[in-house]
Amino acid sequence: MLSSTIVPKSEDAVASLVIAAAAQGEKLAIEGNGSKRALLRPVQATRSVSLRGLTGITLYHPTELIISARAGTPLPEIEAALAEHGQHIIAEPPDLSALFGASRPATIGGIVATNLSGPRRIAWGAMRDHVMGIRAVNGKGEIFRSGGRVLKNVTGLDLCKLLTGSHGTLGVITEVTLKVLPAPKATGTVSIRVATLEQGIAALSAGLGSPFSVTGAALLPEGEGATAHLRIEDFSESVAYRCGKLRDDMARFGEATIGMDTQALWQGIRDAEPLGATAEEAIWRVSVQPSAAPGVVAALRAVGGGKFLLDWGGGLVWVAAHASEAAHQAVVAAALAAQGSYTLFRAPEALRGSVAVLPDEVPALAAIARRVKAVMDPAGLLNPGRMRAGQ
Amino acid sequence: MIPLPAPKPEVLARRVQIVAALQAIIPGDGVISEALRLKPYETDGLSAYRQPPLAVVLPTSTEQVAAVLKYCNAHGVRVVPRGAGTSLSGGALPLADAVVMGLMRMNHIKTVDYENRLAVVEAGVTNLGITKHVEADGFFYAPDPSSQLACMIGGNVMMNSGGAHCLKYGVTANNLLGLTFVTIEGEVVQIGGTYLDAPGYDWLGIITGSEGQLGVVTEVTVRILRGPEGARAMLAAFDSIEVAGQAVDAIIGSGIIPVALEFMDRPCIHACEAFAHAGYPLDAEAMLIIEVEGNVEEQDRLLGWIKEICNRFNPISLKVAETAEESLAIWKGRKGAFGAVGRISPDYLCMDGTIPTGELPFVLKRIGEMSASYGLQVANVFHAGDGNLHPLIMFDANNEASFHAAENFGADILKLCVEVGGCLTGEHGVGIEKRDLMPVQFSPLELDQMRAIKGAFDPQWLLNPAKVFPLEGNPIFATIPVLNAA
Ligand SMILES: Cc1cc2nc3c(=O)[nH]c(=O)nc-3n(C[C@H](O)[C@H](O)[C@H](O)COP(=O)(O)OP(=O)(O)OC[C@H]3O[C@@H](n4cnc5c(N)ncnc54)[C@H](O)[C@@H]3O)c2cc1C
Ligand SMILES: Cc1cc2nc3c(=O)[nH]c(=O)nc-3n(C[C@H](O)[C@H](O)[C@H](O)COP(=O)(O)OP(=O)(O)OC[C@H]3O[C@@H](n4cnc5c(N)ncnc54)[C@H](O)[C@@H]3O)c2cc1C
Repeated sequence: MLSSTIVPKSEDAVASLVIAAAAQGEKLAIEGNGSKRALLRPVQATRSVSLRGLTGITLYHPTELIISARAGTPLPEIEAALAEHGQHIIAEPPDLSALFGASRPATIGGIVATNLSGPRRIAWGAMRDHVMGIRAVNGKGEIFRSGGRVLKNVTGLDLCKLLTGSHGTLGVITEVTLKVLPAPKATGTVSIRVATLEQGIAALSAGLGSPFSVTGAALLPEGEGATAHLRIEDFSESVAYRCGKLRDDMARFGEATIGMDTQALWQGIRDAEPLGATAEEAIWRVSVQPSAAPGVVAALRAVGGGKFLLDWGGGLVWVAAHASEAAHQAVVAAALAAQGSYTLFRAPEALRGSVAVLPDEVPALAAIARRVKAVMDPAGLLNPGRMRAGQ
Repeated sequence: MIPLPAPKPEVLARRVQIVAALQAIIPGDGVISEALRLKPYETDGLSAYRQPPLAVVLPTSTEQVAAVLKYCNAHGVRVVPRGAGTSLSGGALPLADAVVMGLMRMNHIKTVDYENRLAVVEAGVTNLGITKHVEADGFFYAPDPSSQLACMIGGNVMMNSGGAHCLKYGVTANNLLGLTFVTIEGEVVQIGGTYLDAPGYDWLGIITGSEGQLGVVTEVTVRILRGPEGARAMLAAFDSIEVAGQAVDAIIGSGIIPVALEFMDRPCIHACEAFAHAGYPLDAEAMLIIEVEGNVEEQDRLLGWIKEICNRFNPISLKVAETAEESLAIWKGRKGAFGAVGRISPDYLCMDGTIPTGELPFVLKRIGEMSASYGLQVANVFHAGDGNLHPLIMFDANNEASFHAAENFGADILKLCVEVGGCLTGEHGVGIEKRDLMPVQFSPLELDQMRAIKGAFDPQWLLNPAKVFPLEGNPIFATIPVLNAA
């Protein structure tokens, strides 16, 4: 269906492309690093625009905790530049190339457009919390900015947040400015064997409710029981001290052990490896309040099962199961019964095209969404139908 | 003076009917229309501007809020939402033809849930009220504006307020999970919920910091956090602003993120010391207050490192608090800074630009030069870690020329902030105060796009109009007579 991929080399070229598409009544699929179109709803576009030609870090002031990069800059390039100064991207965005069989790394624009965050989200915020500035091209081909390059800014409406997570349906992001922080010097983990998921969530909640600044809280189901992992990141002296305190406190939930240098464990959790999804299975992300997570898992186990990985203290439930409408409906029912939300994260096109990949909005919000879309992209030419019909 | 739009004559003419209709929605004493009782609502924290509204409503439920908005929308009546009215940018300033909707009677804490670390509170609960409610259990609500005793969570959401500890804990936007939001049509919608990162457009994000332009917030679901084992402050004073700025860079460059990193210049140090007797060094040109968290050994270790770093910059005074009481003493002066300046000069304007921290020495030098040329004193106190400046410009409200000079001085500072890569406001909002400076930071296209997004929420421009966006770009404001200052 997509006749060609265009790779503009400048922001102005992106703008001209959009203007030309508008004039010809063409629809555009927006991509970061190309290979992956198996995302949310299939886009009804005639051409595809990849931002991978817009690369490079444009500003990095370590002592100001600020980095700017063009949207197509590969994530590893940014991470490497930060690492040279002992800093990192706060929200710990995942590398899902294994999960999706993608050959190229994510771009920073793609990560911001999808608002993907890793385990540290629970303590330090999501990608959307650290996007301090954005440059973008709207659906009329107009270049605009929001935010800036400073850490605190409430000047005007926060379009950075509106664009973050909007999956390229409101504008083509051309450059982003992120707040960054010093990377921790050490990572320690307290792991607790628990008999039930309920106990596991109780352990994670107790850890997150402790004064020890837990920066990761995940639960890996194993049979009836599970292992709960709590992460501490800081200077090494602090990590040793706090892990000790935390282990003593966690003993009431099950056998608790301390692991040092556990970066690899958390990288795996970040990238959903312990989920163990096969290539054929569909993957969902369910957001609920942590105490509701065991109920979601129980509900799904009751109707045929699946594989599960709980992150964010239990607030994020990764689910892998047979890629069928029945399985999708079961996930939807479980998420909504828990008063949460869901995303069909990975599935064959047939399934993604036939079900609601995200929950529908209530009519009053749907009306506002239509009007906002009409402001940003009146001809509806950016990623038509990616999130919902008309969005 | 900043102009306000002409009231709609047809609305003024229908005042009696409008008040009666509002009374039918909110029985009892929840509708105010007598001149004397309107008085407390005629201004906010930017007290140089005053304007009594058409009427004030004090709803007690989301249903009443929805019914009032529905009525106002149907009858073309403007609405100015209001929390505690501590806005320093005139965000809650009424219009002559507007109904002020005060949320202060919606002041209940509805749910506290420690397992999921959240609280559901009504919009009129004060910022400090949340922390007070959960602190016995070791929890707190992180954003801590200096006005936290008075300001309300609904106002905090709409201004995206920050505080001294946002270097570590973030601003309001980073500490929210959900909102009950009422559109101008009177539709009640739940934004977000009790979970993180709902997929779809980030309504929570665009509403936060929108200054009452998009709708009215009646309930807020906030994240509450467990406090650290302890916290302690230190004070470091230097004989030049440049050197203090270098020390800040060195601390952050070392990989330590203090929970607070506050900066005061000489006039501010003097004002605070006279007021609080906190033991601040009077011979210093600049002073830092640095706070760290953890248990006692962790505090000692971090403060030791910071002390070592500061020592490289020849501090003229370095004082590490040994106890919680000494910590409080160090903070006492800073917390009372606005009050302290108020004792020197009862009238001052508090500016709020943000700059890249590397530009600090240059910007403070320029502010000093402007102070001399305007003949107005200025004291600087600000959050050094994030570059959010608070120059306090002192003037004499009884002298109109002095007020005008102060406004111009403030505008020059904010323009300078934008020039060096910063922004007009870091946490106080645009309101009316910075409205006409918006074109300094944004292009006409960018402003029009934001206006159109407001229009997507509020097609008739009834919600807090005349704020944030310069009037001339708003087709609905035909004539623009100037209001007089009090
Ligand atoms: C619901 C969901 C489904 C996912 N499915 C897949 C998948 O099937 N395969 C896969 O490899 N990864 C998938 N991911 C992971 C995620 O997309 C990547 O890790 C990351 O976004 C990849 O970056 P990219 O540069 O390759 O972006 P892409 O995968 O090319 O794009 C990701 C999304 O962001 C938009 N986008 C990208 N760049 C910009 C930009 N500059 N401006 C505006 N919009 C932009 C795209 O239109 C698309 O909707 C998914 C993520 C989510 C949230
Ligand atoms: C002494 C002093 C110190 C201060 N220190 C700080 C500080 O450290 N950090 C900081 O960020 N700010 C500070 N401020 C500014 C001010 O306190 C904040 O902006 C605060 O969030 C305003 O809250 P409020 O309840 O007083 O809101 P108001 O002033 O009543 O209203 C603020 C804005 O929000 C709108 N609004 C209020 N409630 C609602 C609602 N429920 N729904 C829709 N719109 C609504 C109003 O229309 C207005 O535009 C300070 C102010 C003073 C006077």
